[in-house]
Formats: sequence, C-alpha cells, structure tokens
Amino acid sequence: MAINPELPIQFSRTHRLQWEEAQQKDVILYPEGMVELNQSSAEILKLCDGTRNLAQIVSELELKFATSGLINDITAFLEVALKNGWIQQN
Amino acid sequence: MAGSNKINSSPPRWLLAELTYACPLQCPYCSNPIDYAKYQAELDTEDWKRVLTQARKMGAVQLGFSGGEPLTRKDLTELVKHARDLGYYSNLITSGYGLTEEKIIQLKEAGLDHIQISIQASTQELNDHIAGTTSFQLKKEVAHLVKKHGYPMVLCVVIHSENIHQMPEILAMAEELGADYLELANTQYYGWAHANRDLLLPTKAQFEQAEQIAQAFKEKVAGKMKIYYVVPDFYENRPKACMNGWGTTFLTIAPDGVALPCHSARELPGLDCPNVKDYSIEEIWKESKAFNFFRGFEWMKEPCRSCDEKEKDFGGCRCQAYLLTGDMYNADPVCSKSPDHAVIQQAIDSAAKNTVSVDAKPLIFRNSKNSRLFS
Repeated sequence: MAINPELPIQFSRTHRLQWEEAQQKDVILYPEGMVELNQSSAEILKLCDGTRNLAQIVSELELKFATSGLINDITAFLEVALKNGWIQQN
Repeated sequence: MAGSNKINSSPPRWLLAELTYACPLQCPYCSNPIDYAKYQAELDTEDWKRVLTQARKMGAVQLGFSGGEPLTRKDLTELVKHARDLGYYSNLITSGYGLTEEKIIQLKEAGLDHIQISIQASTQELNDHIAGTTSFQLKKEVAHLVKKHGYPMVLCVVIHSENIHQMPEILAMAEELGADYLELANTQYYGWAHANRDLLLPTKAQFEQAEQIAQAFKEKVAGKMKIYYVVPDFYENRPKACMNGWGTTFLTIAPDGVALPCHSARELPGLDCPNVKDYSIEEIWKESKAFNFFRGFEWMKEPCRSCDEKEKDFGGCRCQAYLLTGDMYNADPVCSKSPDHAVIQQAIDSAAKNTVSVDAKPLIFRNSKNSRLFS
C-alpha cells in the first residue's frame, strides 16, 4: 500500500493515540491491543489530523526539528501505518 | 499479606473486569468457574470505580468489561464513563443479548472504544442450540448497529467440534457483517469446557482443515479484516505462554471482588486470592501471595526448571497443569517434554471415542441449575 501524496492523512477513527504516563510513551490502542511508539513515530502520527498531506507533514517536521531529508523515513513509516490501519486517506 | 517469595514485578497492563456471572446464554464452553452459582455477591458501583482508578494509576490501559453478560449490570454506562475519564481503552465483551441501539449510542457517548460480540455458529439452528437461547438474528442485528455507530467491530467465535465444520461459512458471515477483527478462538479446556471436553474437542484432522481454511482467508482479507487465531494447544508440542507470564501483565477481578492472576485461577488450591474489598490493587499486585505464587522461575519443577525454553513459555498454563496432572507445579502437559504428556493423547482419544458412541453423554449447559450441582 502506498501513500497518495495529494490526499490528506488522517489518524484512524477506530484506533486511539495517547500518552501513557506509566510507560512514559505514546501508544496506539485498538481492540485488545497496544503498540508502543518511539518519539519520532509519535510526532509523525500526531500530525495526521486530516488537514495535512505527506509533503506538509514532512515540511512541518523538518521545520520543527531544524533538519532536512526526512521524506524517505517519514514515507516508509506512514506506509507501515497505513498497512496496519493506523491511518487512512479518504 | 503473605508475599514470602516477593519478586520485582512489571505493572499490570490489562484489567479484565468480570462484572457479573449472570448471563442469558448457556454456552457449554464458558470460562466461568463451574461452581459460579455459589458466588452470589457482586461488587457495587463504588467498588468498581475504586478498582478502575487504582489499576489505572499503576499503568493498566486495556480494560475488558466482561462477565457473564456485562450488559446485565445497571451501572455499565457509569463505569464506562469513569473508565474513559481515567484514559482506559475500554472493550465490551458481550453476547450482544440485550444490546439495543439506544444503549449502543449511550455507551459511545460515555466513551466505550470497542464492542466484541460473540456468535456461536454460522446458522441460527446451531447458534441457538449452543447458546441455549434464541439469539442468532439478534446478534447479527447488533453487529450491524455496532458498525453503524462507528465502533471497531470484533466478532468472536469459539471453535469446537460442533461448529468447526462451519469454518467457511463462519468466515463468510464475518465478511458479510463487516467485522474489523475476527477472533477464532479454539476452545480452551477450563471451567465448563473442561467438563464438556469429550463433546467439544475436535480431531486433529478437523483442526488442520479448519486452520488451513482460516489461513487462506486471512491472506484474502489482509488490510480489511484482522484475524486473531487462538491456537488449539492440545495439538501443539509446546505450551502457550499463558497470561504472558503469571502476574506480569493481566489482572482479573471476579464479580465478587476476588483478584485473580488469570480468569481460571480460582480453580487452583491454596492461592488465597485476595479481595479488592480488603486490599488496594497495588497491595494485591505487588504483595499478595496469589500474584507472587508463580512469578519468576523458582517455583518450577523439572523438566521446566532446567529447560532452555522456560523464559519463552513460563512452563505453560498452571490451571491446565492442575486440571490434567493434579499438580499445579508440573509442566503444562501440552509440552512434549512433560512426563505427563500422554494425558493429552488420552483426552483426544476419549473425545474421538465419544463421537462414535451411541450413548454419548449430553452437553452440560452453563446455567445456575447445573452450576449448583458442582457447588
């Protein structure tokens, strides 16, 4: 599954992304399951709010972390996220 | 409290709140204790709220509202609301019986995250026979309503010899109902299922055929539907890593407030399982005799003690060791290294013999009348 660069990306309505104080981590929650996220994955997913497309997410994160060349890493992660149903595009 | 062999513990992640043993269904593989009728007392709303608050503070995040049938509790919506305020991900594990559209909306507004509906078979006749209650059409309607109101919809079908031949139809039904997840739970032989094992345990050939069909389906629906397949451990050579290790992850609270390291642990002797009316969740999790009983590896006998796989499967299931060998310290006899491994083949042979016998014994349905016979 590939990310459509034109369309905005939205976090899944049937999953929940939240900060877990006890684990000091962001996690994705879904029926009877949980995925623990590292910081960069969590930063990407928090921008998937249905208003930004791929390029906008990349530029926002590059600006936030004062860096460049993130597009490949971010695209690869979002493809995994799409395959797992954590995000959607429609 | 006792805590003689206290070991540093990881915090609980999963809280199973068995709100009640009351249930309109009579499934003969129910995991509730066969003598559940003797536990009449139920925690009140304030007790449950305290339990949810204390467990959440320790780090529990997945919460299952279960039973019995949790919908029979009048305070379910109030508890769901409390759980949402605390940040739990709440799963309602229900037969669907008694779930109206109004209730589905009310629970959604209160913050319920997901509803898991059990269906017993792919046909009305068999579903209603196994459930002991006319419920098939109603369950299908509830499944549609759950989808309609935006919940992830999980169908759970417990698999045994009476419905295993319906695997293709069960999968088609899940697809037709638009399930987001399908749990194909091969029966685990505890509680009522243990009592009915001769009538429920399929043959190896039946398992292999059903698994093959389920596997092909899993590939076909990848990306649309997720399949959870609970393995039939009687046909495995290594035991399951039961509960992800004793007292590491799972905390079950029974309807009367007894805290259990797994939902079958009530059957084990001498654990002195503590009650949430007497102790806090933190005391229970960290200090109690029951939760420390099988933590770590010190309790193990051979062949587990010196086994290089003990950190992978923790010696398997304590309840299975107890039910099948009479000694809860033994290796789970599912393991081919267990000196008692032959009991598994005996169980399989006994079930196979029963299916060809003319005077086969009848299923014992899970209801209060039958439960009192075991009390």
